[in-house]
Amino acid sequence: MSEKGHHHPAPLSPVEHRVAALEALLTERGLVPEGFIEEITRRYESEIGPLNGAKVVARAWADPGYKERLLADGTAAIAELGFGGPEGDHMVVVANTPAVHNVVVCTLCSCYPWPVLGLPPSWYKDPPYRARMVREPWALLAEMGCPLPGDVEIRVWDSSAEVRYLVLPQRPPGTEGMTEAELAGLVTRDSMIGVARL
Amino acid sequence: MDGIHDLGGMQGFGAVDHSPAEPAFPGGWEAVARALMEAVAGAVEASGGEFRHAIERMDPGHYLTSSYYEHWLTGAATLAVEHGLVTHAELEARAGGRFPLSGPVLAPCVADAGPDVGEPRFGTGDRVRVRDWHPPGHTRCPGYVRGKTGTVVRLDGSYSVPDIEAHGTARRSEPTYSVRFDAAGLWQDGQHGVSVHVDLWDSYLEPA
Repeated sequence: MSEKGHHHPAPLSPVEHRVAALEALLTERGLVPEGFIEEITRRYESEIGPLNGAKVVARAWADPGYKERLLADGTAAIAELGFGGPEGDHMVVVANTPAVHNVVVCTLCSCYPWPVLGLPPSWYKDPPYRARMVREPWALLAEMGCPLPGDVEIRVWDSSAEVRYLVLPQRPPGTEGMTEAELAGLVTRDSMIGVARL
Repeated sequence: MDGIHDLGGMQGFGAVDHSPAEPAFPGGWEAVARALMEAVAGAVEASGGEFRHAIERMDPGHYLTSSYYEHWLTGAATLAVEHGLVTHAELEARAGGRFPLSGPVLAPCVADAGPDVGEPRFGTGDRVRVRDWHPPGHTRCPGYVRGKTGTVVRLDGSYSVPDIEAHGTARRSEPTYSVRFDAAGLWQDGQHGVSVHVDLWDSYLEPA
């Protein structure tokens, strides 16, 4: 027998059995087009992600006119860089300053700006983050490695309707000579959610 | 409904299981669950409100002990059964075991949505109070701001009211607002220097 013949795949977990059951029944009824699942996987694994948001932030740091447009009409300014689509049709960009720190949450589900940040991370969707960020942001941000000076104002944004939020982090000191591409490399996903500072 | 999904401000949860980066679909099956929800939502023409409500109706214990994509799977299967695409018995037979679905819809179907609300009732700077209510169906009005007073900071245009679109084919659009609440007024142990902004439909609000 070939090596392949000895391969024993791991047994399916209960949730995987349920996924397989629904997939089989819907496929038999012609409701899952050929290649649909592969297309969904490809779209969310490779087309969208936090790299897009980093380009937006770097442009805003490098170009004051762009920053002004971004804060006035986030959707239009983000579209200038070619990004938009579902969960990004109504974008509001909130800027951090030395006096103000912004942080984004969705207490009711997991609303998140897909075109600029990709799909939300697990912790963003899990109960502890959703429950705690609106109630104890000082403690939670410190726990997550983002302690803030006591004189800062924290603005929490609960994306409970149609707007999706992107945080514009402060440009780090000592980056004056950097190109836009180099600046984009400094921007983390967490800084654009507001749970990290750069 | 006052469901388990309405988590803002709940206490007793521990640390956030934070990681700086992760694959979109770590186990592979999550992508299939996501695709199946999209397939079902397309087949039954589910609105965003109906989709979210299918997850919100999950048994609270199941909701808290299952992952995000298990929520999607449960919501997809629930909608598929409710719209007659498959039966619960078929799902359990194929899965070779239990296939928990979400609980029943508690609100009646909305027959008449009433006219669209065109003009915003409030402007930036206006003080507003969130209705203190407990609707049995879907709503995007978080429990932790009901009865609380805040200030309108932004007008965002008009959108379909989720409370209506989740319960039938009727639709009504209303202005939405971003409302700022001082955290000290939301929680008795209120944090200093914190404001919480919640985006709310017109009919959730009354003048303060």
